Order: sequence, then structure tokens, then C-alpha cells
Amino acid sequence: MAPQGLTYALMVQGAPYSQQASHSALRFAEALPAQGHRVAAVFFYHDGVYNAASMMSPPQDEPHLLERWRALHQVQQCELLVCVASAIRRGLLDESEAKRHGHSHPTLEAPFELTGLGQLMHAALHYDRLITFAP
Amino acid sequence: MSSKSILVIVRHPPHGSSWVREGLEAALVGAALGQPPTILFSGDGVLALLANQQRGALGQKGSAAMLEGLSLYDVEPLWYDHLSLEARGLDVSQLMPGCQQACIADMIARHDVVMSF
Repeated sequence: MAPQGLTYALMVQGAPYSQQASHSALRFAEALPAQGHRVAAVFFYHDGVYNAASMMSPPQDEPHLLERWRALHQVQQCELLVCVASAIRRGLLDESEAKRHGHSHPTLEAPFELTGLGQLMHAALHYDRLITFAP
Repeated sequence: MSSKSILVIVRHPPHGSSWVREGLEAALVGAALGQPPTILFSGDGVLALLANQQRGALGQKGSAAMLEGLSLYDVEPLWYDHLSLEARGLDVSQLMPGCQQACIADMIARHDVVMSF
């Protein structure tokens, strides 16, 4: 075990169920506490924003990635940050964006939050490590 | 905000996906926050540096204009991996102005943070 744990930021750029990126990122993040570390922030960019789709409904015999992200947030108190520019053009809108664009339902909900690329830079500069998970 | 050096690696070609544009956008935000990243093109990413590119037919904005504007934000030069260039039958005379040859391993070793796109 490390004498002092590190804080990790992850950047996830792969779509769920299409690519390995989100599975690998989750497995990496879930394994951190056993080594004395923690994930502080996950930034979803590019097709990675689909990981936040609130209506994600996989078959029962497949991993439920949305629930795994929620559990990760609960266990490690990490921020789940979604790039607002990537998300909105792909149809992932929180309540206020849904209203603003005239849609009746949000497609992205807490603990995921829409945020700017500045938060990715902040995470890269502020936390001890940044790991990219991309196709 | 603490100061760390950031390396942005572009590994995807410029047309047919939004990888290059989204990578460049991240680099520009870093520059706007006073941390201009180093940008390195490797693999198919070197194709983004070919001179005289037009906008694609896919309704995307294209990346050539963004690349030419990076120097305004102190993101320069445009580093490229020469092995990637040679493997694709290209040489530096075909690239846009402002490109410079890099060694990937040195680049990664010299930076605190690496982001790949």
C-alpha cells in the first residue's frame, strides 16, 4: 500500500457497450482504493458522454455501466463531469438544458453534471494523475 | 491553479471523425487558462498536418483553420512523429508551415500530463 494515496482523474472518450474504454476506466477506478488511492474526477468527452445517458437499459446479463458509475461516485465521492459541448450536440441534456432546447425530459441526471473543458484542464492540473481511456 | 506541463497527442486522422477538432479544443482551453499545451501528431494524426486541406463533405468544420490559428495562442510549433510521416509515404515538404519533428518518448518524458485524442 502506498504511504500516501494519490488522487486520479480519468478522461473517458469511448461510448459504452461499443468500446472497451468505459469498462477499462471503471475497472481501473474501482481498483484504486485497494492500493490506497482514489479517483477524484471522471471527465467524459467525445463519445464518452454517452456513459451518462440516464435511460441506459442494458440486458440483465450485461454489466450496467450507468449504475457502476453511480456506485463509483457514491463510494469514492468522485465528480462525474460531462463535456457540455460534446453532450448537447449528441442529445444528452440535463433538466435546464432540456427546457432551454424545448425538450420535455432530461437525458442526463445527477450525479453526472454538464461542465466545460476548463474542468478537464483543472482536473489535469489539480490531481496527481490523469489517465486517458480512449478507443 | 498549479503549473504543470501538458502534452496533447493527436492520433486520429482529420476527416471522418471529430477527434482532431475535439483534441484541439482541449488544447485551446488549456491555452486560454494560461497553460498552453505542447501538441504532438502521431500515427494517422500526422495527416491533419497536410497542407491545403479543405473542409470535409460531412458537414464538419474541419481542423486546418484551427491548426493554423494555434500559434495565436502560443501553442507552437506543431510537433510530428517523423516515423508516422514516413510510414505513410509523406515528407515534411507536404506539411503546413510551423511543423517540427519530435521524438515521442522524449516528449512524453518531458511533460507532467499527457492527454491523447
